[in-house]
Amino acid sequence: MIMENYFSPWIECANLDTIRDVQSKRLMDTVRRVYENVKFYRDKFDECGIKPEDIKSVDDLSKLPFTYKQDLRDNYPYGLFAVPREKISRIHASSGTTGKMTVVGYTSKDIDDWSEDAARALVAAGATPSDYIHVSYGYGLFTGGLGLHYGAEKLGAVAVPVSSGNTRRQIDILRDFGSNVLCCTPSYAMYIGETMQEMGIDPSEISLRAGIFGAEPWSEEMRGEIQKLLGIKAYDIYGLSEIMGPGVSFECSQQTGMHINEDKFIPEVIDPETGEVLPDGVQGELVFTCITKEALPLIRYRTRDIATISRVKCGCGRTLIKMTKPTGRTDDMLIIRGVNVFPSQIESVLLDMNLVSPNYVLVVDRIDNLDTLEVQVEMTADMFSDTVRNVERIEKKIRSALLSILGIAATVKLVEPKSIARSEGKAKRIIDNRKI
Amino acid sequence: MLIQQISIFVENKKGRLAEITKVIGDAGIDIRALSVADTTDFGILRLIVDKPDDAVQKLKNAGMTVSLTDVIAVSLDDKPGAFSHVVQLLSDNDINIEYMYAFIGRDPDKAYVILRVEDPSHGIDVLGKNDIKLLGSAEVYGM
Repeated sequence: MIMENYFSPWIECANLDTIRDVQSKRLMDTVRRVYENVKFYRDKFDECGIKPEDIKSVDDLSKLPFTYKQDLRDNYPYGLFAVPREKISRIHASSGTTGKMTVVGYTSKDIDDWSEDAARALVAAGATPSDYIHVSYGYGLFTGGLGLHYGAEKLGAVAVPVSSGNTRRQIDILRDFGSNVLCCTPSYAMYIGETMQEMGIDPSEISLRAGIFGAEPWSEEMRGEIQKLLGIKAYDIYGLSEIMGPGVSFECSQQTGMHINEDKFIPEVIDPETGEVLPDGVQGELVFTCITKEALPLIRYRTRDIATISRVKCGCGRTLIKMTKPTGRTDDMLIIRGVNVFPSQIESVLLDMNLVSPNYVLVVDRIDNLDTLEVQVEMTADMFSDTVRNVERIEKKIRSALLSILGIAATVKLVEPKSIARSEGKAKRIIDNRKI
Repeated sequence: MLIQQISIFVENKKGRLAEITKVIGDAGIDIRALSVADTTDFGILRLIVDKPDDAVQKLKNAGMTVSLTDVIAVSLDDKPGAFSHVVQLLSDNDINIEYMYAFIGRDPDKAYVILRVEDPSHGIDVLGKNDIKLLGSAEVYGM
């Protein structure tokens, strides 16, 4: 029998009554706080005729209105914060549809709670306080790097803040520093594994035991390959900056879905069309309500991720409800190499440049386990001249503009006019060839 | 002394060149000289034809991306060193050649070179002063 460790056993293995009690108490408190401190929520609750007193337990959750990504944009950057500036100790942000980012804030208690979420994930992946945790997620406005970093410190392990890039150096560090747990995107884990192979380094030469991989979709096949390449067990982690960051849910030794830290985030699955709450086990859009966050406690936030939640007995001993890996999204957002990309962002880049027709198509693929993005743009007579140099200059100009807006490299291919299929109604802008 | 060259954007895909040239053929337009610049993803087909304005219209109507460029047509004696002499003259006068291509006509003693330089008038000036024979548009189109 496997001896399981838990970071917060009091809640991770609590009975349902305890979980519900904690949720109800915290939900009521949160609803009162947002009503008092966030004009947006006060107006919205008033509009729906809801007073904080109407929420008496977690059963009343569905009476509350949804929060959408657009609400964050409309209140950019700090409009939904529930605490004054003096209480905010950190800001993170993620890319938005029109180049406008979604800004999220944390108080020091929020950071502490988040660190605990990530520490739970690390422990569930078998990490201990005597481990070296190698973090190759990007550090910065993206929540991946700092999220796992603080989790490692919270656990009492050693955080190795390598951040992303320079793969050979990553491997030297993995080997020389004796890293035990690797945290990065699954595609980067694959790439590290393949580079190791090229360098002639056998998995037995490194001390890695486990990896925590998230921020982009990946398959069971890919898990198998990563496990083989790196000689480790690979665990999934889920999160989004609006709710907290990585650690909203995490996988355990069973590797069959992710336990949601439901003492902090109450999950619901709804019908994305009607908004109706669906029973456990039925697939729909994931919705989270933050019940411990001070800075940005979002109520019934629509994640646009499609998944299923179910309260099943788990072999790891945890009782926290489990969610499946999201199988898709309700909007047109693409996740490419861990970065959120909206077709409309690309469209605005092209329109801003004033030289291309707004007819474009995005071709996403996964080549050698790395996501690739090709932007095909129709050539117009205005931009064309007789030299190759000129055409390549235009391609380069578009490429740099995309890189600066999206933060990821895309290849640009100019195609002949009218060669991109026109469709009636909503244009088909995305060809996703990734087999995940 | 400027000649009009037609440039056509050609995506690298099967049958594209055949489609483009068919438009020209169907319109009864005669090709005098041609060259293709190719990259991995696209090519540029450059043509000298007998009726450039007509050709541009037909190609545009067929939905193609076309542009007209001024180029110089040089007539050379078909003998060793003649071409080298022209290139040397341009080099001596700091005229950069973007690209060029050669063709021959019905006169067995002559060879012709189409030159695309940044400043064609300057090019004409330099070559003319050095007694290099340039062809006029009527001569080229009517070949």
